[in-house]
Amino acid sequence: MYNTNVRGILIQGNKTYTDVTRDVLKPLDDKVPLWWWITSFLAIGALLWGVWGIYHTISVGIGVWGLNNNVAWGWAIINFVWWIGIGHAGTAFSIFLLILRQKWRSTINRAAEAMTIFAVMAAGLFPLIHMGRIWDGFFIFPYWNTRGPLWDNFNSPLFWDVTAISTYFMASFVFWYVGMIPDFATIRDRTASKIKKKIYGALSFGWLGNARGWLRFETTALLLGGMAAPLVVSVHSIVSMDFSVAVIPGWHSTIFPPYFVIGAIFSGFGMVLTLMIIMRKLYKFKDYVTDNHLDAITRILTFISLIMGTAYLTELFSAWYSGSEYEMFTFMKNRVTGDYTFAYWTMLTCNAFIPQLFWFKKIRKNITLVFIISIFINIGMWFERYVIVVTSLSKDFLPATWAMYKPTITEISIFVGTLGLFVLGVMLFFRFVPTIAVSEVKAILSDTSTTKPNNNEKQ
Amino acid sequence: MEKQYWQSFEEYEQLKKQSLRENGEPLPEFSIEGLDESEIKGKSSRRDFLKMLGFSVGTVALVSSCQMPVRKAIPFLNQPEELIPGVPNFYASTFFDGIDYCSILVKTRESRPIKIEGNEMSPLTRGGTSVRVQASVLNLYDDARLRNPRKGEVDSDWETVDRDIINKLEYFSGKNEKVVLLTSTIISPATRKLISDFIAKYPNVKWMQYDAVSYSAIRQAHKQNFGDAVIPFYRFDKADVVVSFNADFLGNWLMPVTFTKQYVSNRHLMQGNIKLSRLFQYESRLSLTGSNADYRFGIRPSEESAVLLNLYNEIAKATGNPTYYAPPVSIEIKQAAKDLLAAKGKSLVVSGTNNVRIQLIVNAINQALGNYGKTLDMNQSINLKQGDEAQMLTLVDEMKDGLVQGLLVYNVNPVYDYPDHEAFIEGMNKVDLKVSLSETLDETGSLCNYVGTVNNYLESWDDAEPVRNSYSFVQPAIRPIFNTRQFQDSLMKWAGMGAGYAKYLENFWNSKITGHSTEPENFPHFWNKLKQDGVFQVEQKSTASPRFVLQELSAETPLKDGLEVILYEKISIGTGKYTNNPWLLELPDPITTATWDNYVCVPVAYARKNNLNKEDVVMVNGNLELPVIVQPGQPEGTVSIALGFGRTAAGKAGNGVGRNVYPLMNTSNGRCNVSGTPVTIEKIEGKTYELALTQMHHTMEGRPIFRETTLKDYIKDPSSGNKQHKIDEEKNVSLYSMINFDAIHWGMTVDLNSCTGCANCVIACQSENNIPVIGKDQVRRRRIMHWMRIDRYYSDDPEMPDVYHMPVMCQQCDNAPCENVCPVAAVTHSSEGLNQTTYNRCIGTRYCINNCPYRTRRFNWYEYVNNNEYDYNMNSDLGKLVLNPDVTVRQRGVVEKCTYCVQRLQAGKLTAKIENREIIDGEIQTACSQSCPANAIRFGNLLQEGSKINEINKEERMYYLLEPLHTLPSTSYLTKVRNRNS
Repeated sequence: MYNTNVRGILIQGNKTYTDVTRDVLKPLDDKVPLWWWITSFLAIGALLWGVWGIYHTISVGIGVWGLNNNVAWGWAIINFVWWIGIGHAGTAFSIFLLILRQKWRSTINRAAEAMTIFAVMAAGLFPLIHMGRIWDGFFIFPYWNTRGPLWDNFNSPLFWDVTAISTYFMASFVFWYVGMIPDFATIRDRTASKIKKKIYGALSFGWLGNARGWLRFETTALLLGGMAAPLVVSVHSIVSMDFSVAVIPGWHSTIFPPYFVIGAIFSGFGMVLTLMIIMRKLYKFKDYVTDNHLDAITRILTFISLIMGTAYLTELFSAWYSGSEYEMFTFMKNRVTGDYTFAYWTMLTCNAFIPQLFWFKKIRKNITLVFIISIFINIGMWFERYVIVVTSLSKDFLPATWAMYKPTITEISIFVGTLGLFVLGVMLFFRFVPTIAVSEVKAILSDTSTTKPNNNEKQ
Repeated sequence: MEKQYWQSFEEYEQLKKQSLRENGEPLPEFSIEGLDESEIKGKSSRRDFLKMLGFSVGTVALVSSCQMPVRKAIPFLNQPEELIPGVPNFYASTFFDGIDYCSILVKTRESRPIKIEGNEMSPLTRGGTSVRVQASVLNLYDDARLRNPRKGEVDSDWETVDRDIINKLEYFSGKNEKVVLLTSTIISPATRKLISDFIAKYPNVKWMQYDAVSYSAIRQAHKQNFGDAVIPFYRFDKADVVVSFNADFLGNWLMPVTFTKQYVSNRHLMQGNIKLSRLFQYESRLSLTGSNADYRFGIRPSEESAVLLNLYNEIAKATGNPTYYAPPVSIEIKQAAKDLLAAKGKSLVVSGTNNVRIQLIVNAINQALGNYGKTLDMNQSINLKQGDEAQMLTLVDEMKDGLVQGLLVYNVNPVYDYPDHEAFIEGMNKVDLKVSLSETLDETGSLCNYVGTVNNYLESWDDAEPVRNSYSFVQPAIRPIFNTRQFQDSLMKWAGMGAGYAKYLENFWNSKITGHSTEPENFPHFWNKLKQDGVFQVEQKSTASPRFVLQELSAETPLKDGLEVILYEKISIGTGKYTNNPWLLELPDPITTATWDNYVCVPVAYARKNNLNKEDVVMVNGNLELPVIVQPGQPEGTVSIALGFGRTAAGKAGNGVGRNVYPLMNTSNGRCNVSGTPVTIEKIEGKTYELALTQMHHTMEGRPIFRETTLKDYIKDPSSGNKQHKIDEEKNVSLYSMINFDAIHWGMTVDLNSCTGCANCVIACQSENNIPVIGKDQVRRRRIMHWMRIDRYYSDDPEMPDVYHMPVMCQQCDNAPCENVCPVAAVTHSSEGLNQTTYNRCIGTRYCINNCPYRTRRFNWYEYVNNNEYDYNMNSDLGKLVLNPDVTVRQRGVVEKCTYCVQRLQAGKLTAKIENREIIDGEIQTACSQSCPANAIRFGNLLQEGSKINEINKEERMYYLLEPLHTLPSTSYLTKVRNRNS
C-alpha cells in the first residue's frame, strides 16, 4: 500500500496521547474567553436581525424582497446555493480524504463536518422562507392525502432538491455525530461536573471503549462514509439542476452538475481554510493544524481553481459553440460585458486568478495572505451564484421584459442572519464539542509523530 | 344460579346488572377481545391520554387559527323572473361620457354590472371598445362618488336642494338675469329637446357646450367652406391612402373605436388578399397612430400649415386648382402627394389641430381630391365635440363682469381643465347660484353651492346620436346605488315637468318615430326591440353635398428655434375624467410604457445636446416641474406632455398624480389648441424622479421576436420576413410523443398587422379576471400584475424609429417549461391544451416564473385585497362589487397568469352541452379577443374543422414566439406588413 510519508510530521510538538486529550479538550474546560462572548453576542445579534427579516417576509409577503416579474429568484437562492456549497467541505474532507487515505485530514475533519452541518442548516432555511405560502410548504412532501390522486411532481428539480438536501443533512449529521461518540465518552470520563457527566454520558451512548465497540464504530463509520460519498456528488449536482433543467439562457447547460460540485468543494475548502486559520490561532492548535495542513489545502485549492477557470471558459465556449443568440447574449453581453460586468469579473478574479497565487511557496507559507485569499474565494463563490441567478433571469428572451434586480434590506438581513446562525453554531461547537477528533488523532499519532507517544506517559 | 336476596329496588337493579355481567349476557355492543384490562374498564391509558391531548390541542389550534369573519349570503325571498344566480344578464347600452362614444353591452351578475362588452350590432363601433369604455364599469363603484346631493359643504337631501334651486331659478327668471347651463357635448336628441324645454320654461337660461379638448376648428372650417358647421363622418375604410396631420385617430381623435374598426378593415391580409391601405402620419409627437403608420414624418406644430399648404399646392397643380404661396419646408411630401393623387376619391386627409387655417387647407385638399361624398360624408356628420371655446371666453368675461347670476355645470370640469382656470374661478366666485351636476365632488363641484349628484351612465336612461341618423340607447343596468338622480331628471324637476326622464324619453321616441318613414306599427314592440338591440338606424336621405366655396389659404411661417409643446390625451385617462380610475392609471402608455404619471417627452437629439436623461426633472416655463422621458420619434423642436393629470379633487387614487398642463394650451388664435405653445425647459440639476415604467429595454437585440415585412415583399413572397418559421419548423422534432387532444385544443392568434397597440385588451383582461392594481411604487419595482401586456419595440434610427406593438399573454404551450418545474404539480396541462395554475395548490416557489421564456406569469408579492397599503378598488366594499364572481381572487404568495379566460370556455361549453350541440366557431371568446377593436386577436378551437383560427394559422405570415425553444405554444402571431415602397 502507498504509505510514504510525503506529508511529513502531521502532529508537531512531540505530543503524547494525554497531551492530545488535554490540548483538545482544554477549551471545554477552561474559563470562557472574552472573544467567545463577544463573537457569540455579535452572532446572536445578527441572527436576531435575520429572524426579524424572516418574520417580516412571512408576515407581509415576498414583496419585501427586491424581486420582480422577471427576476423571481434573488439573494435567497444565491445564498442557498452558496451555503450548500460551503456545506460540502466537511463531507468532502471526511469521505474523499478518507478514501484517499490522507491522514492529515484527521485534525481538520471534525471542524469541517461541523461547518457542514451549520452551513446546511443555514442553506435549508432559504428554500423554506422563499416560498410564497410557507404555511402550505408541506405540500412538497409526498404524503397520502384526501385531495384525490394529487401527488408531487417528481419531474421538478425543486422536489429533487428537497430530497437531496434533507438526505444530505441527515447523513452528514449522523456521520459527524457518530465520529464524536468516543470523544464524548472521553469528556464524560474526564469531567468532574455531574451535569456534564450526565449530558456527555447520554451523548456518548454508553461508549465503553472496548474492542468490540471500536470494531463496530469503525464499521459504522466506514458504512456511513460509503453511503455519504455519493451524496457529496449528488446533492450539488441536484442543486445545479434547479438551473440546468430550466430553459433560461445561461442556465440550460449540461456542464452544470460537475461545475457546481467542483465549485461547492472549492468554496467549502475555502471556508475550511478560513475557519482553520482562525481556530488554530485562537486555540493555539498550531501543533495539530500545522502549516503543512494549510499548505495541503492551498495546493488543493490551486488545483480546483484551475478547474473552475476551465469551467468558466467552457461555459463561454459552449455559448459560442451552441450557436444560440440568447446564450451568446447572456455570456458575452450580459456577463463578460454589460450591466453585470462587475459581478462576473469579481467572480473570475476571485475564483480563477487569485488562488493561482498559491503557486508561490512564499504566499502559501504566509498565513495572513492565505487567510485573505480564502476570504476572496468565499466572496468569489458568492458572486458566482449571483452571476448565475441574476444575470440569466434579468435579461432573458424577450427584451421587453428585462428588469434589473436589487436586494432590499430584508434580504440582506436574512443573509446576515444566516451568517449569525453559522457563527453561533461554530461558537457553540468550539465551546461544547472537541474541535479535533481526539480518537482519530491518537490513531495517527504513532505513525506521524516524532516520538513514541507512550514513552513519556505523564500520568 | 344462586338465589339473590335484596332489600331495596336499588339493590335489586345493582344485583341484576352484576349477574348479567358475570353471566356474560347479553353480549356487549363491541368485542372486547384484544383490549387490555384498563381499557375494558374504561380507564384511560397513557396512549389514550396522548390521543386525547393530541386531538384537543389540534382542535383548539384549528378552531382558534381558522377564525374567519362570517359573511352571509342571503338568497332571494322572491326571485326576480329574469335573474338566475350565477347566470349573467346582458343589457344593451351606450357609453358616452361627453367625449367618447361607444355602443356597449353591460354584463351583469346578480344585478350588478361587472364587465363592458362592445355591441356588435352597432354599425359604428361594431363590437369594439376602448380602454376607457372597458374601465368605465369601475367608475360605477368609485368611492369618490357622492352618496347624496350637497348643499354648501355638507350632504343634503333632494327636497332642500330642489326647493332652493327652483326658488333661485324662478327669481332669476323673473328678473331676467342670465343663467348659464354649461354642459359637455350632448349627443342625445331627447336631452337636447329636454334642454330646449327647460329653456322654454326659463328663457333666461343660456345653454353652452364645452369640450376640454376642442375640435371647433373643423366645424368652423366646414362652415366657411360649405356653410354648415359640421364634422363630416370620416370613412377610413374607404380610403386607400390616409394622410393624417397630428390626428391620432387610432388613439384619441374623435371616434377612435369606430375609426380603428374602419382602418383595420383595409388592412386584413388574409386568404390571399393583398390590398393594404397606406397611412402617412405627419405629427409633432409619437402617437399611437404614428406608431402604426407606413410613413411617418416629424413636424413642428408651427410647420403644420406650411407642410399642408405645400401638399395642397402639389395636388392643386395636378388637379388644376389655384395655388397659394407656401413657406418652403424641408419635410418630404412628394410621396404623399403622389399617392393621394393616385387615389382620388379614395383618399383622406385629416388634421387634429384645432386651427381654422389648417382645417381650411385640409378641406381644400380633400375637395381637390374629390373625397367629399366618398371618404368624407357631410350628410352623416359626427355629433361629438360640439363645444365652442369662443362662447367659453365670453362666459368667463361675463362672469367676471357679474353678468351671470347662475351657473349649472354638468359633466364638465372647467375649474380643472379650462386653460385659464384662474380666470374661470375668479368669474365663478361672482356667480350667485352655482350648481354642479356631477358624480363626484370634482374641482368645479367643490366651488359650487349645490351639487346635484348625478347617476353613473350605467344607472341612467338616455339615447345618443353620435353620428347623424345613427342612434344608440342608454338604459340602466343597475338601480342607482346612491341617492342620486340623473341630470335630465333634475332639469325636469327644476322645470316642473314631472313624470321622470325615462317616460320623457319614451314619449320623445314615440313622437319622433311617428310619421317617420320607418314608423313601426306597434310602438311598445319597437321600444322593446330598441332596448334589446341598443342601436337603431334611420334610413339615410342622401342629399347632394353642399357647394364647396374655396377660401383663401395661407400658412404661418414655421418657427426655427425654441421648443413648441404639444399636449395630448393619454390613451388611458384622456382629458382627466378618469384620473381616479386605478385601472387606467396603471395602464402602461402604449408608447412610453409609463404608468401613473405625466412627464415631458423630449427628442433624442435635444436630450443629447442638453445632457438630459430619462427621469431627470426639468422646469417647464419656469413654473412646472416634470420628469423627462427621452422619446424616440419625438420631432426636433417639440416636446409633448400628457393632459389629464394634476387633479386635486379626483379621488384617492388620482389626487396629486402628475401635473396639470392645461394652462399650456395654445389660445393664441382664439381657439384652444393642444399644440404650438412655445415653452422653455430647464434641467434641475441633481434632481430625478423615478417613473413607473413597465419596460426598460426598447430594442429587440436583433432577435426574431416581432416579424415584419413590406407589402412589396409580401406580394412577391407571403412568407417574407418570416423565413425563420420554416427553418424552425423543420428542426421541430422531439424524442417525446406529442400530447393528443380529443375534441378541443384552444388556440389564439394575434395579427400583428391589425394590432394597433391600443391596450384595450389589457383592461378587458383586467376587468374580466379580477387583476389587482398595485400602485406606482410596485410598478416601479416591475411587478405589474397584468396578465397580458403590449410589448413595444423600436428599431432603426432613434430619432425616427419604427414602432412595434406586440401583445403577449400566456402562450399556453403544449410543451410548457412552467409545468415541468413545479414541485407540487400546481401547474398542469389540461385535456384542452391549457396550462392551468391551481391556486390552492401553489406554494409560491416562483420557479415557473423563472422558467417561462415569455415572462407572462405573475406572482402575488403581497396581499393585494383588503390591504390598506393597496387602497384601490379591491380594498373597498364598493369597489369589490366589480369583481367577476367566476374568477378567484388570488391570495398572497401564489402565481397567476392568463387562463385563456377559462371561465368563459367553461360557460360556453356548458351552453353547448345544454343545447346538445357542438361548440360553434367564434361562439366562445376570451376577454381580449372579444374587445379588440382591430379584430387582431382571434380565438378558437384548433381541432375544429374549418374554424377561423385554423384558416389563419395556415397563413404564410404565421409564426410562434420563440419557436426554437420547442415550447409548442397555442398562441400564434402573424407578421406585420407595412405598405412601403422599399
